[in-house]
Amino acid sequence: MISRHTNTRLRSETDRSGNLTLGYSGRLDSATVGKLWRQTQKVLQSAPPGRVRVLTDEVTYCDGSGVALLFWLRLRGRRDNFTVDFEGLSSDLQTRLQRFDPEAFAKEGATPPRPGIAENVGRAVWDFFQDIGEQLVFVGELTIATIKCLVRPKTLRWKDVLITAERAGANAVGIIALIGFLFGLIMAFSSAMPLRRFGADVYVADLAAMALVRVIGPFITAVILAGRSGSAYAAEIGTMKVNNEIDALTTMGLEPVRFLVVPKLLATMVVAPLLTVIADVFGLIGSGLVILSLGFPLVTYTNHVRSAVDLDIWLIGLLKGLVFGALVAGVGCLRGLQTKTGASAVGISTTRAVVSGIVLVVAAEGVFAVLLHFLGI
Amino acid sequence: MSTQADPIIRVDNLTAGYNETVILDDISFDVAVGEVFVIVGGSGCGKSTLMNNMIGLTKPLNGSILIDGDDIVTEDEDVKHRIRRKIGVMFQTGALFGSMTLMENVRLALDEFTDLPRDAAELIATMKLELVGLRGYGDYMPAELSGGMQKRAAIARAMVLDPQILFLDEPSAGLDPVTSAGLDALIRNLAKTLTMTFVIVTHELASIYAVADRVIMLEKDLKKIVAEGTPQQLRDRTDNPWVARFFHRQPPEKVGY
Repeated sequence: MISRHTNTRLRSETDRSGNLTLGYSGRLDSATVGKLWRQTQKVLQSAPPGRVRVLTDEVTYCDGSGVALLFWLRLRGRRDNFTVDFEGLSSDLQTRLQRFDPEAFAKEGATPPRPGIAENVGRAVWDFFQDIGEQLVFVGELTIATIKCLVRPKTLRWKDVLITAERAGANAVGIIALIGFLFGLIMAFSSAMPLRRFGADVYVADLAAMALVRVIGPFITAVILAGRSGSAYAAEIGTMKVNNEIDALTTMGLEPVRFLVVPKLLATMVVAPLLTVIADVFGLIGSGLVILSLGFPLVTYTNHVRSAVDLDIWLIGLLKGLVFGALVAGVGCLRGLQTKTGASAVGISTTRAVVSGIVLVVAAEGVFAVLLHFLGI
Repeated sequence: MSTQADPIIRVDNLTAGYNETVILDDISFDVAVGEVFVIVGGSGCGKSTLMNNMIGLTKPLNGSILIDGDDIVTEDEDVKHRIRRKIGVMFQTGALFGSMTLMENVRLALDEFTDLPRDAAELIATMKLELVGLRGYGDYMPAELSGGMQKRAAIARAMVLDPQILFLDEPSAGLDPVTSAGLDALIRNLAKTLTMTFVIVTHELASIYAVADRVIMLEKDLKKIVAEGTPQQLRDRTDNPWVARFFHRQPPEKVGY
C-alpha cells in the first residue's frame, strides 16, 4: 500500500510469516503525520503483526510529530506484544526517540485529586456556610471601618467617594429615568384596562403612585445599581486581587476595606436614594401620561397621587434606596475581595456580585414589607 | 555560526516606538536558520517592543521585518497568518488559557491546524510536556501549578507544532537553576536537531552563555544596537563600559542610594 501526502509516503508489506514492514519516506511533520498515522493504524488493525520493521532511511525531515509517530509504534508494540525494529534511523533521530521512555509513558501519570459526588456536596455546603461567615465578618469590618472614617473624616478618601458617586450616580441618571418612565407607563397601562371594566380607572393613579414610590422605584434602582455598579466594584477589586494589589495594600499597612470599600459604600449610599427619587418621578410622569390619555385632567391625577403617597411613603422609599445601595455596594466589593486566581476569576466575581446583590435586595424588600406591616405604615 | 547565509529573520532599518516616542531608531540585523539569537539590554531599552514588532503584535514606526522572506509589517492578513504558522511564542508570564487544562492548552494548535487523530495529538502534547518535565500534569489547570511550571507548559505549547522560529520572552526568569539549565539544554538540542531558530529575550547571564550563538545588546539612550557578537566576545569587550558591566554583572557607576 502506498499513500501520498506531498512527497511523504508510507509503504507497507506483510511477508508470509506475518512480519510487517513499514517504510516511511519524505517529510514527517505536523502537516503530513496525521494522514500517515491513520494509515499506520489501519495497517496494524487489519493484520496484527508479530514483528514490525520500520524503515526510515528515506525520511528527509522529522519534527516532533514524526518522532511521536515512531514513538507511538513503539508504544503499540509494547501494548500489543509485537517487536518494533527501526532501521535507517539517523543518529539525531535515534537520540530524540530515546529521549522518551515507553515504560514511563505506559504508566499512569500524576493526576490531580478530583473529588467524588459526596465530597462535592459536602464542599458546596461548607462553602455556603463559609460564605455566610465571610459575609458576617465583612459586615463587621466594614461597619467598624465606616464608623472610623465618619469619626475621623480625614481618613476617608474623599476623591474616590466623588469619583464613585459620579460613576454610580450621575452617569446612571439617564438609564434610571428611562427605566422608571417605562415602568410607570407599562404599569399604569396594564392596570387601567381591567380597572376600567369596573369604572375604577381613576384609581390607576393611586395604584401606580403607591407601587412606584413604595416598592418599584427603590427596587428597579437597586437592580440597575447591582448590574452597573455592583459588578464594576467586583471587577475593579477582583482585578486588583488577581494582580496582587490587595496584598500590596495589606503589606503597606493600608486596610483594603477602608481604602477601597468604604468610599464605594458611602458614595453608593448617597446616590442610591437620589436615583430612587429620579426613578419615582419619571415613573409618575409615565403613569400620568396614561391617565391623561384615558381622558382625566392633570389635576385629578395630581390630587390622587398626593392622597395616595404621603411623606411617610416617600421617606420609606428613600430609606429603602439607602439600604439597597449599601447592600449592592457591600456585596459587590465583598465578591471582588473573594476573587480567586485565573483569568475567569474576575468574571465569576462580577456574576456573583450581581446575583448576590439582587438576591439581597429582594430579601431586604421582604423584610421591609413585614416590618412596615407591623408598624402599620 | 554564520549569520549572513540564509537569514530566516531580516530586520531592516527598523524604527520602533509608540505614538511619537521612538524607542529603537533605525536598527538592522539578521538571524540565521538554526541560530540561537539573544536580545539583551537594560530596562526600557526596547527589547519587548522589538519582540512585539517581530511577532507582529505591534507595528513598527518604520522599516521592515522579513520572516522567512515574508514581511510581517504588511497589512495582508493571509501573509501574517502564513508567518504565524512558522513561529511559536512564549510570553513572559506564560499566558496559558486559564479555563483549559495543560493538555488542552498544549494540544490546542494541533487540534486547530492539523488533521492528527485525537490520540496522536494527545501523545504529541504529552511528549512536549515530557520535554519540559511536566508529563503527568496534563489534567491540571494552570492555576493549580506554580509560576515556573506554568512557564514550562507555555514553552511546550509554543513548540507543539515545531515552528521554524521560537520566540521566548524571559524563559528562565523565575525558574530554579536546575530547571533553567534543563531548559537551556532543550533549546540547544532543538536548535541542533531540528535547526529550529530561537529568538530569546533574557537577562540571565548563565543562560546567555549556555545557549546563545549570538547576542545583540540594545541601549536605551542611543536607541541602537551597541554590541553584537558571541557572549564571549561581548564579555571581553572593554571599549563599552555598559556592555562590560552587563556581562560582568557590575553595578552602575552612580548608585542611586
